[in-house]
Amino acid sequence: MNAPEAQRITLKFDALTPAPGAMEVPVGVMLPRTYWQTVGVRLARDPYTAACAFILLAIAGAAVLAPWLGLPDPAATNAAQRLLPVGSSGHLLGTDELGRDMLSRLIHGGRLSLTMGVLPVAVALAIGGTLGLVAGFIGGRTNMLVMRLTDVLYAFPSILLAVAIAGSLGAGVGNALLAITIVFIPPITRVTESVTTQVRAMDFVEAARASGAGAFRIIRTHILGNVMGPVFVYATVLVSVSILISAGLSFIGLGASPPTAEWGLMLNTLRESIFLAPLNAVLPGFMIFITSMCFNLISDGLRSAMDVRL
Amino acid sequence: MTPLLSVRGLRKYFPVKSERFFAPRQMVQAVDDVSFSIEAGETLGIVGESGCGKSTTARLLMRLIAPDAGEVDFAGRPVLTEDGLSLRDLRRNMQMVFQDSYASLNPRLAVQGSIAFGPRAHGVPGPKATAKARELLSLVGLDPDQFGRRYPHELSGGQRQRVNVARALALDPRLVILDEAVSALDKSIEAQVLNLLMDLKARLQLTYLFISHDLNVVQYISDHVLVMYLGKAVEVGSVEDIYHRPRHPYTQALLASRPTMDPEVKLERSPLTGDPPNPINPPPGCRFRTRCAFAEDVCGRVEPALTSCGATEHAVACHMHVPDSGHSRRQ
Repeated sequence: MNAPEAQRITLKFDALTPAPGAMEVPVGVMLPRTYWQTVGVRLARDPYTAACAFILLAIAGAAVLAPWLGLPDPAATNAAQRLLPVGSSGHLLGTDELGRDMLSRLIHGGRLSLTMGVLPVAVALAIGGTLGLVAGFIGGRTNMLVMRLTDVLYAFPSILLAVAIAGSLGAGVGNALLAITIVFIPPITRVTESVTTQVRAMDFVEAARASGAGAFRIIRTHILGNVMGPVFVYATVLVSVSILISAGLSFIGLGASPPTAEWGLMLNTLRESIFLAPLNAVLPGFMIFITSMCFNLISDGLRSAMDVRL
Repeated sequence: MTPLLSVRGLRKYFPVKSERFFAPRQMVQAVDDVSFSIEAGETLGIVGESGCGKSTTARLLMRLIAPDAGEVDFAGRPVLTEDGLSLRDLRRNMQMVFQDSYASLNPRLAVQGSIAFGPRAHGVPGPKATAKARELLSLVGLDPDQFGRRYPHELSGGQRQRVNVARALALDPRLVILDEAVSALDKSIEAQVLNLLMDLKARLQLTYLFISHDLNVVQYISDHVLVMYLGKAVEVGSVEDIYHRPRHPYTQALLASRPTMDPEVKLERSPLTGDPPNPINPPPGCRFRTRCAFAEDVCGRVEPALTSCGATEHAVACHMHVPDSGHSRRQ
């Protein structure tokens, strides 16, 4: 037997009986204190997630700061400069079919498009998450009632349902937001309910009940933390779906109305120019693609960062 | 002297989903009319095959599930009656350690947080509860500075089970239910945790209800033993009576099935054949008669009651030990 092997065996026995110092943390590795700090550190170390977060922050930052960036007025038309190609002087990304500056419209459009991506998901998360949590924790008849009601909404394809709701409420950004929110409540309720039911059945919840704690305290300390992860990951995926649905609603005239800058709407109005200036026509679609892609990749990164056992 | 815990006629039937829509609702008779008592400071072991109702009994006592029938007195006070012990008081005095050391700890909570949860739920302020948790960690042999902030997945099975023991002790209970608490551990670790349990029992004047399928472990730790078969108590007595003078054929078969360290002793025949009958439709009369070598007519007609034999607390539910039962081997 050579020396390194002998050493390895000693180490193994050390691990069995924890002597002081035997389990010391390697130098340079900080033991993070809370679970969310651990997740944060892991996310920052994941190159794809970091890159996506950077892109999203850039898009969102530009959208928020749009009025102060010194961009041309996104609504100013110029009949003489219609459909200038990408790279024209004065119009970095060209102009659209009414001669409006594309770069300015894309950045300004991000304000509405990102809002329509995030807001319905956030509201649906609050409503559906609460419903699912309550249904999953109480179980029995309450669960049955809540879940069968969400099943009713589940019967329709999400885009069709959004179109139907937005159509019946009338065109407009507010109604489109409301429609998408309603569409997202059932899936979020269902995911939350299923995770809550799983967590609730685990021994540590049983042990918490055995300690005599009340339902609210058990949910806060033991259920919420374990349910939030998977639900949050799912919600991040929904953001990209939400951007796509809102773009779709605008495209068919049920969301934002002209001359508002919004990616879906821009895609619609530029559609007729696709043979004259294909690159210009594709740009809003590219923005939608990049944004939803980034949300999807971040959700993937979040999923692996949240798995403590990895 | 009043026993610390006294259980009379505990019963739980679980409804089973029937296969056909209009089929009559069937019930699994998980725990059927079980009675026992535990004196303060002693350890009662419950043994039996899997599915005999050991864990259900533990959960019923903790009121994690509601019993269908039965009375429970804790320290002479009836549990959950008008002027009796409230659920909160019961759970402060009675705690439980689960079998699966990993599943019984919240993966998102540092272990000292898990231990402090119980006291906090009972109104102890945060810093004080954490201090108590750290004190308990050192009591179960884990350095609080080294382990307190760790997460369950960063600990070994034995360390996790120590944390679970600490958590159960956090409310200063008088009775601790150990539901297969050492069964999932390696033999060497199991011995360490068992010794820790014995040590804690002496230091904190605890009373244990020790549930296990491992006959050797039960013999080692228990003062009294209750043998269960298919939801029924078949024999109860002191550890000497059960292990050295077993009366019930099932207890005898269980003991005979233990592997021995003596190479000269060879088991020629399996002491028990077949599986326990379906608890949905347990056989009428004695539930063990389908596997019993001494079964007679009377065993199918009359259910044997737990009957005291001799002057000790040794009691057995078998017609062979009931006077005038009509069994030909009546001893």
